[in-house]
Amino acid sequence: MSTSPATFPATERPWTLPSRRRVGMFCLIAAESAIFVIFLVAYIFYIGKSLTGPTPRQVLEIPIFNTVCLLSSSLTIHLAVRALQRGKTATFKLFWFLTLALGAIFLFGTGREWHRLIYSAGLTISTNLFGTTYYSLVGLHAFHVLAGLLGLTIVMLLALAAKVTEEHTEHVDVFSLYWHFVDVVWVVVFTTVYVVGR
Amino acid sequence: MSSNSVPIPDAIDSTKPTSGEAWLLEALHEWVITVDHKKLGIMYIVAGLFFLLLGGLEAVIIRIQLLVPHAQFVSPEVFNRMFTMHGTTMIFFVIMLILFGFGVYLVPLMIGARDMAFPRLNAWGFWMSTFGGLLLYFSFVGGDGLYGAGTAPDVGWWAYAPLTSRAFSPGHSTDYWTVALLVSGFGSVAIGANLVATILSMRCPRMTLARMPLLCWLYLVMGALLLFTITPLTAAQLMLMVDRYLGGHFFDTQAGGSAVLWMHFFWIFGHPEVYVLVLPAFGFVSEIVPVFSRKPIFGYPIMVAATVGIGFISLSVWAHHIFTMGMASYSNAFFVLTTMAIAVPTGIKIFNWLGTMWGGKIRYELPMLFCVAFLFQFLVAGLTGIMLGSAPFNWQLNNSYFVVAHFHYVIVGGILFAILGAFYYWYPKMTGRLLNQTLGLWNFWLLLIGFHLTFDFMHFAGILGMVRRIYTYEHGRGWEFWNVVIGVGTLFQVLGLSCFVFNLVWSYFQGRPADRDPWDGWTLEWATASPPPEYNFSVLPEVKSARPLWDLKHPEDPDWKYQ
Amino acid sequence: MSQLSSTLFAAQMSPTNIFAPSSTPADSIFRLSLFVLAVTGAIFVVVFSMLLYAAVKFRKREGDQAEPLQIYGSANLELAWTVLPILIVMVLFLSSARVIHAIQDARKPDGANEVTVVGHQFWWEYRYSQYGFVTANELHVPVSDQIHPTPTFLTLLSADTDHDFWVPRLAGKTDLIPNHPNRTWIDPYQTGLYLGQCAQYCGTEHAKMLLRVYVDSRADFDHWVKAQQQAAQLNAGMSPGATQGRRVFERTACINCHAVAGTIAAGRFGPDLTHLMSRDTLAAGAAPNTPENLRAWIQNPDTIKPGALMPAMNLNDKEFDQITAYLLTLH
Repeated sequence: MSTSPATFPATERPWTLPSRRRVGMFCLIAAESAIFVIFLVAYIFYIGKSLTGPTPRQVLEIPIFNTVCLLSSSLTIHLAVRALQRGKTATFKLFWFLTLALGAIFLFGTGREWHRLIYSAGLTISTNLFGTTYYSLVGLHAFHVLAGLLGLTIVMLLALAAKVTEEHTEHVDVFSLYWHFVDVVWVVVFTTVYVVGR
Repeated sequence: MSSNSVPIPDAIDSTKPTSGEAWLLEALHEWVITVDHKKLGIMYIVAGLFFLLLGGLEAVIIRIQLLVPHAQFVSPEVFNRMFTMHGTTMIFFVIMLILFGFGVYLVPLMIGARDMAFPRLNAWGFWMSTFGGLLLYFSFVGGDGLYGAGTAPDVGWWAYAPLTSRAFSPGHSTDYWTVALLVSGFGSVAIGANLVATILSMRCPRMTLARMPLLCWLYLVMGALLLFTITPLTAAQLMLMVDRYLGGHFFDTQAGGSAVLWMHFFWIFGHPEVYVLVLPAFGFVSEIVPVFSRKPIFGYPIMVAATVGIGFISLSVWAHHIFTMGMASYSNAFFVLTTMAIAVPTGIKIFNWLGTMWGGKIRYELPMLFCVAFLFQFLVAGLTGIMLGSAPFNWQLNNSYFVVAHFHYVIVGGILFAILGAFYYWYPKMTGRLLNQTLGLWNFWLLLIGFHLTFDFMHFAGILGMVRRIYTYEHGRGWEFWNVVIGVGTLFQVLGLSCFVFNLVWSYFQGRPADRDPWDGWTLEWATASPPPEYNFSVLPEVKSARPLWDLKHPEDPDWKYQ
Repeated sequence: MSQLSSTLFAAQMSPTNIFAPSSTPADSIFRLSLFVLAVTGAIFVVVFSMLLYAAVKFRKREGDQAEPLQIYGSANLELAWTVLPILIVMVLFLSSARVIHAIQDARKPDGANEVTVVGHQFWWEYRYSQYGFVTANELHVPVSDQIHPTPTFLTLLSADTDHDFWVPRLAGKTDLIPNHPNRTWIDPYQTGLYLGQCAQYCGTEHAKMLLRVYVDSRADFDHWVKAQQQAAQLNAGMSPGATQGRRVFERTACINCHAVAGTIAAGRFGPDLTHLMSRDTLAAGAAPNTPENLRAWIQNPDTIKPGALMPAMNLNDKEFDQITAYLLTLH
């Protein structure tokens, strides 16, 4: 049985497939979304069902500043990727660092919020259903921000060592998808916890 | 061999040793660090077979204890651990691992690729999954029970709340269940993503999705489904850990929490999971039946549509596992509708396989024997599934041995038989040797007899009211006879599967050598050596249809003329 | 009449045969199941025959090397075997939905009997709030007349983990879930004893959480209720051993878990013992209620039901005899 090598006449459409990195990242985002959905469902299901206080209305303060920081970081990472695409590595490093800083501010802000809730407001994960679902949901998100910060830091260090160039545009673009995902999740969590659930 | 024999000074001699301890270490090292999809595929399969022995042992212990009423072969505590471990092992560490193995082995070959999209992720997934399994079994020695002795989990493989709360499950046995599945779950999600990315991004030139072997379609849907299937369980298990270790109240009914929430979350995982298990089996059958009927698969497009339909509908049927939980009547009715609906695309598949055989020239080699058995048995499994899908009927049959019979009919009579067919079909490709025919026939007939003795008659025990997960039962309920028959069947199954395992090992050393295409197949894996070289293909055949090798072998009647 | 005799025949095969209904819910399910079996049976016969035919008829003949005609599909055939299953699915769905509604949404008639069932690891508590008493493990209900039904509605609660109430000849099963009250109902056609057991894995002794439902005639049921409503009949005519046994019972940990109406014993964690001797079995059906079994149970429950939550009370032999003597007076 003979096999003839494939010949590709020039008139044929070029053979393009989706980038495997992008597909892989979308798969990760899909899977993570499913986890968040389940935690959201639990949160929503338990709204108003705690047997004891405190209630969200009594203790939650809307984290406007933190949210602005996190959502701005989506803009800065987008600008960073665009800069790298055009070969402007200095601009890329600047915006990448801003993203990292804004993300860190968000995380730090969450930590301060939790400190206040635990020590001043008396809300812990074991206080009541609200406590359990709140810390789990917001904590899961914060964990994903932390993981993102780790990735951002690694890329930052590589960039400072002049190892990140224009040809890595796709790599950082795919990573930025993850970061955008984290932001979108925050929009949903924020709306559920601080707007609807109060 | 020293570097003195090499002409270049300070050069490293990397000639592989051929014997002795150095060879063994070299070989082990190669397998441990490998990212080659073929080696990993075999590793997944071998790991799955190892856990099959453990899960099978648990089943044997269960059946011996239930041979007669009020037996004292094992204590209730041990029995409860046995059925928990049997279910958990078989689903997560046998069937899933073996199916992953076939998937990562075959998919790159069938799409003409060099490897999976993410080879290192592939290796990571394997090690996570295997580690999870070993962690689960470590519970026998590590999980401290009431007296400090090790105990395995005993909460059933669904681990319903609040039985899993600290109050009702002190010690760490439940935690072993949770963490082992969390760890292997991450591996499963990685494999799902890897399969999707491979199939979408690594196909060889001109292999459009419409020209892909059906097995690849089935693995594509299975991979995508895994992303949405395992993750609800991951989330629920994280919640359980919060409850058990951080004082959380997700499933704490004393604090207003809901046991029902766990049920929903678990079955939102649990039902699509069984489709994760069955879709690859459909894939094996969809490759083997055409080749041995000597006809293309009947209705390729509708088979793809049915597969995708099954994937979507499977996400909407979960509450048919909890019809007895006390949902409102309209909720129950909704899930009856979706459950019955999924029977449509599934039935379509059976008819299409029948249509493939119809008018063919069937060769009853071992792969085909197993697949034909699959068709009959899966038909019955699907029909008992329809019975269970009718909620009122379910209110009698649920949690009885009728359900146990139904799902073993699917998993053993359906999925395992298809897997065995896959073994007999692709073993020559993986090893360069054919599996022994005589041993294979003993395997088939012993297993067939044993399967039917056990699981046909098990339906009756359920109809007569025998509840599942009971370590003993009362005289005078009419169950004694059925349990004896079930036990005898178990013995036959053990013998049949022993023949199989022996065949695997014996044929590796003594089997008849196989050339690159022993079955006269049509998909790309048969266009390379058996076993394939590490780079898979030196030359890829031209792909102009779903059966590139048929086109090459039959230039007067190629598929692409009709598509 | 022939349905009754087929039911009786089925009941002979097993007292827990789902095809031997003796109450409306079980009967509705039985009728639906016959229909479902008929439909699936017909599908089975047709498809099985076609598979068998194809497997046999289209075998490769010896020496025939030519490939058969390569057929890729048939739009008409595929349409037919999509549409027909959809129709069958609709029929099965509608017939099931009707029965779901009939059983689950049944209105509770005035004068219906009501019992609250509380599932425990590993026994059943029955509260007859209408009559003001609590009992355990053996449920008594009045028989129902099919023309003027007097059903019993059961409210299902749980004190600990998930359980399930399943008496196959009377109704489909329903879970008992903590913090999630459920409801089921039965209207037994015939007097007699109906058996079942817990059908949701609830821990070590799930297998021995048996159900015994006594369907009594109206007169017998009223008589039973009156007896249960009485406090424990403890009089001076008790033997000295029994009197001493009562003292031991009321001074050790027994009263932490058990109640005997009319005495200081008011524990609710374990079964109510006020009318212990009116029951045929001990420990939710695990053993017949004989003096020997009773004494063995009190001495060490693990000998009868290993894993039951009642601890072995480390008393001496004399005290065990005395307590047994006391409990034997609780009719």
